[in-house]
Amino acid sequence: MPIEAPTRRVSRRWRRFGSYCLLTVGAVVVLVPIYFTIVNSLLRPSQLAHQPPPLFPSIPQWHNYVTAWDSGQMSRYMANSAIMTTSIVAGQLVTSVLAAYAFAFLRFPFKRTLFLVCLATLMIPFEVTFITNLDTISSLGWFNTYEGLAVPFLATGFGIFLLRQAFLQIPSDLQEAARLDGYGHWRFMLRVAVPLARPSLAALGVFSFLAAWNQYLWPLLATGGTTPLNTVQIGLKQLVGTQADQIPVALAGAVIAFVPLVILLLIFQKQLVRSLTAGAVK
Amino acid sequence: MTVTAAASGTTLARTGPSLRTRRRREAGLAYLLILPALAVFAAFTFYPFFRNFKLMLYQTPPVPGLPAHYVGLHQIGPTLTSTQFTQSLVTTILFVILVVPASLILGLALAVAAHRKLKGIAVYRMIFSSTVVSSVAVASVVFGTLLNPVVGLLPWLGINPSPPALENTTWALLAVAAITIWQFLGLSFIIMSAGLQSVPDELLEAAQIDGAGAWTRFWRMTVPLLSPTIFFAVIVSTIYAFQSFGAIDILIGYQNAAQLHVNVLIYNIVNTLQVENNPGAAAILATVLFLITLGLTLLQMRFLERRVHYAN
Amino acid sequence: MTQVSFEGVTKRFGDTTAVDGLNLVVPDGELLVLLGSSGCGKTTALRMVAGLEEATEGTISIGDRVVNDVDPKDRDVAMVFQSYALYPHLSVARNIEFPLRQRGIPKDERAIRVRAAATTLGLDTMLDRKPSQLSGGQRQRVALARAIVREPQVFLMDEPLSNLDAALRVQTRADIVALQDRLSTTTLYVTHDQVEAMTMGDRIAVMSHGTLQQVAAPEDLYAFPANTFVAGFLGSPGMNLLPGRITPGGSGEETTVEVSGGSLPLPPALRAAVGAGTRDVVVGLRPESLYLDAQGPLACEVTIVELLGAETHVICRTEDGSRVVVRQAGNATKPAPNDKVRIAVVADPAAVHLFDAASTQRLDPQ
Repeated sequence: MPIEAPTRRVSRRWRRFGSYCLLTVGAVVVLVPIYFTIVNSLLRPSQLAHQPPPLFPSIPQWHNYVTAWDSGQMSRYMANSAIMTTSIVAGQLVTSVLAAYAFAFLRFPFKRTLFLVCLATLMIPFEVTFITNLDTISSLGWFNTYEGLAVPFLATGFGIFLLRQAFLQIPSDLQEAARLDGYGHWRFMLRVAVPLARPSLAALGVFSFLAAWNQYLWPLLATGGTTPLNTVQIGLKQLVGTQADQIPVALAGAVIAFVPLVILLLIFQKQLVRSLTAGAVK
Repeated sequence: MTVTAAASGTTLARTGPSLRTRRRREAGLAYLLILPALAVFAAFTFYPFFRNFKLMLYQTPPVPGLPAHYVGLHQIGPTLTSTQFTQSLVTTILFVILVVPASLILGLALAVAAHRKLKGIAVYRMIFSSTVVSSVAVASVVFGTLLNPVVGLLPWLGINPSPPALENTTWALLAVAAITIWQFLGLSFIIMSAGLQSVPDELLEAAQIDGAGAWTRFWRMTVPLLSPTIFFAVIVSTIYAFQSFGAIDILIGYQNAAQLHVNVLIYNIVNTLQVENNPGAAAILATVLFLITLGLTLLQMRFLERRVHYAN
Repeated sequence: MTQVSFEGVTKRFGDTTAVDGLNLVVPDGELLVLLGSSGCGKTTALRMVAGLEEATEGTISIGDRVVNDVDPKDRDVAMVFQSYALYPHLSVARNIEFPLRQRGIPKDERAIRVRAAATTLGLDTMLDRKPSQLSGGQRQRVALARAIVREPQVFLMDEPLSNLDAALRVQTRADIVALQDRLSTTTLYVTHDQVEAMTMGDRIAVMSHGTLQQVAAPEDLYAFPANTFVAGFLGSPGMNLLPGRITPGGSGEETTVEVSGGSLPLPPALRAAVGAGTRDVVVGLRPESLYLDAQGPLACEVTIVELLGAETHVICRTEDGSRVVVRQAGNATKPAPNDKVRIAVVADPAAVHLFDAASTQRLDPQ
């Protein structure tokens, strides 16, 4: 019986160990800020300056979260964000579906030009448009209102691009069969095209939600900074300001702002990855 | 009558609207469907874009209440040569150099490490992508506390800059860069992972059989095949870095930005608009930023188009 | 002397056993075909020789070296993948050159070897092109060139022809056989296509569900299949397999085997193999060994007649529903569907194959 050399088996075990080490180091680097935040949000202000920083709160101060929610106004900010974000996501989904349907299934003059126009909006960055948009909002009386927060973002070239792509994947046989069955465009859109494009719709929805929820600059400018209409992001800034000697409360606020999105990520990871890499991988 | 016609196999006569009418209806429907999106674009993207050029031609005096007066192109020169502008441009470029290579290298490193079939790898992948959902505000609050001279982690690590990190001319930009890198890490990881997955396993197996070791496989196979993805990531992260606003606003604020050399271009624009009340100058700065972003996007499109020729 | 041998090789993926106790020796210079349907373990066995999979149990040797723990790059094998696995960012010349660069062969010698390999496979004019600019057949040749340029000890081929269209496949089949013949390199060739196996292999190893069913030269496999699986797998249309029962007659009476539709006389040579007593068997009859004869022993009803031009397949059904296919010459009188016919077996004693019903193993004539 020939003797088997054990070298490969052993080196494989070392390699696996090394991989786990590397991965854990990476995970620690990413997680340390979050962990630090969560731990500190459960401490009393006096405990904060403790060196070395505690690894685990001995007596978790859950009331910090309650404070952030009530007097810290996080509940109101969350509601504001929810209203703004839902409006934006709904708006983007609807306008994108309608426009993408037209580009994918209908024939009409200037189709190509109009599509390029929609794509062109992706090249115009926010910094250029916000100056005028502020004026527009004000003159419409929408300064410091939900309309002002949401309306400029009710459509997106990215969404039209993504959904048109998805609609184009639908085999033309289906369309012809539907037409023979007497389906008009509306029915085809609602009963066939949209259900079949569900993965892309989900991807767009998640992406829009994330972008809208995490927006900072526009809500700041469109609400003027300190108002009851603040979204969670601006609200966090207020929280930090008003609770200067209550850092744990501010951190609790940050956790409150962060956690819903992490849950979102856990549930919709696949859709999110799909939308984020739409341009990268052929 | 009709029965005999059908039985003899002739087709029924075409009743209903003519082809031209149907086409017109189809076009009408199409325009109706596109209208909502186009209306939003027209009002909030294109109109502001073109108005920007008009704004550049007007200067608002620093005294509040006085109207802007037409100065034509004369405003452009002074604005673009002012130290405020050049300084912010330099700061921005410095910022981009700090942020982009670091986030890409880290993202790629994590993606490569997580590309193995190990047990529990899904947990690691979730952790690495998690920062993609963090907002600027959250990241700022989190790091703001971390970098706090009294309650943060720095004293424990033995790092005690004075003045403290976020008030320190040398450290402030680094701190903001670190925050931005951390925040972008999730997206960088996701993009690189997707790219790695598009490299066929069989190619690497073939390379293995052909005698290439792990290092050779990485540099001669994986990286070249990953270059479109890397390029995409470079462009996305650069544009992202150029638009970095929130961290500076929350942690440092208007007053100190210029002093602490964190007055990046976007911050300058907002500042000029809100504090100095000069939409004209702000418009000019915004146009500069737009041209830079446009240039980068076009570069990406050119490069990717060339790459497509070599793909299957 | 480069033979490849598997000794008691088993490969498990979690709860599934892909390869179970494989014992196989491929002598130096032989082209051995691993044949079977998908999931039978043939590709796994090939990948274990390459080093891309690690054997759970058993020993794999190349030459006189046990290679279980040797990295693929140190095994001196070359592999042609089903999808060719050409490096898309490298030119044809660089693709072929790649294995030589890894071995530190000096530049001039590399150029000579690349040229030689390219000429052998007719790629001289394409050396500067990228794989995406080549046709399927050309890409396949680049994959082959890359494999031969190293002059390895063993060639491993994983269904290299399955992505080619039919006409190209026939041509390339012959080319590969000629190439292997010239180079005399030990070759393991995986395929699910029995025509490829029959025309290309020096020997064929038939696999099913991870176990080796039989390994023999193509003619032997065809004429003497070791069990009902091999019997039914090779041949197109496949061998007819009918359940039967043998009840021995008294002295002087011919032993017959009862099948649905009639009873067939057993050739004397098989009688001894059957032994005394009643026995349940499976009778194997190749379609080309049967013909329609009004006096034939088997009664059937025709279901479909397939006209293929040079030959005709008459598909019949016996009374218990068993399917029997008869191969006729194209110009013979063709029956019509629903005709009642009788089938006879040609007089060749080797035309009747008997397999034990329980073990499915072949009962050999003594």
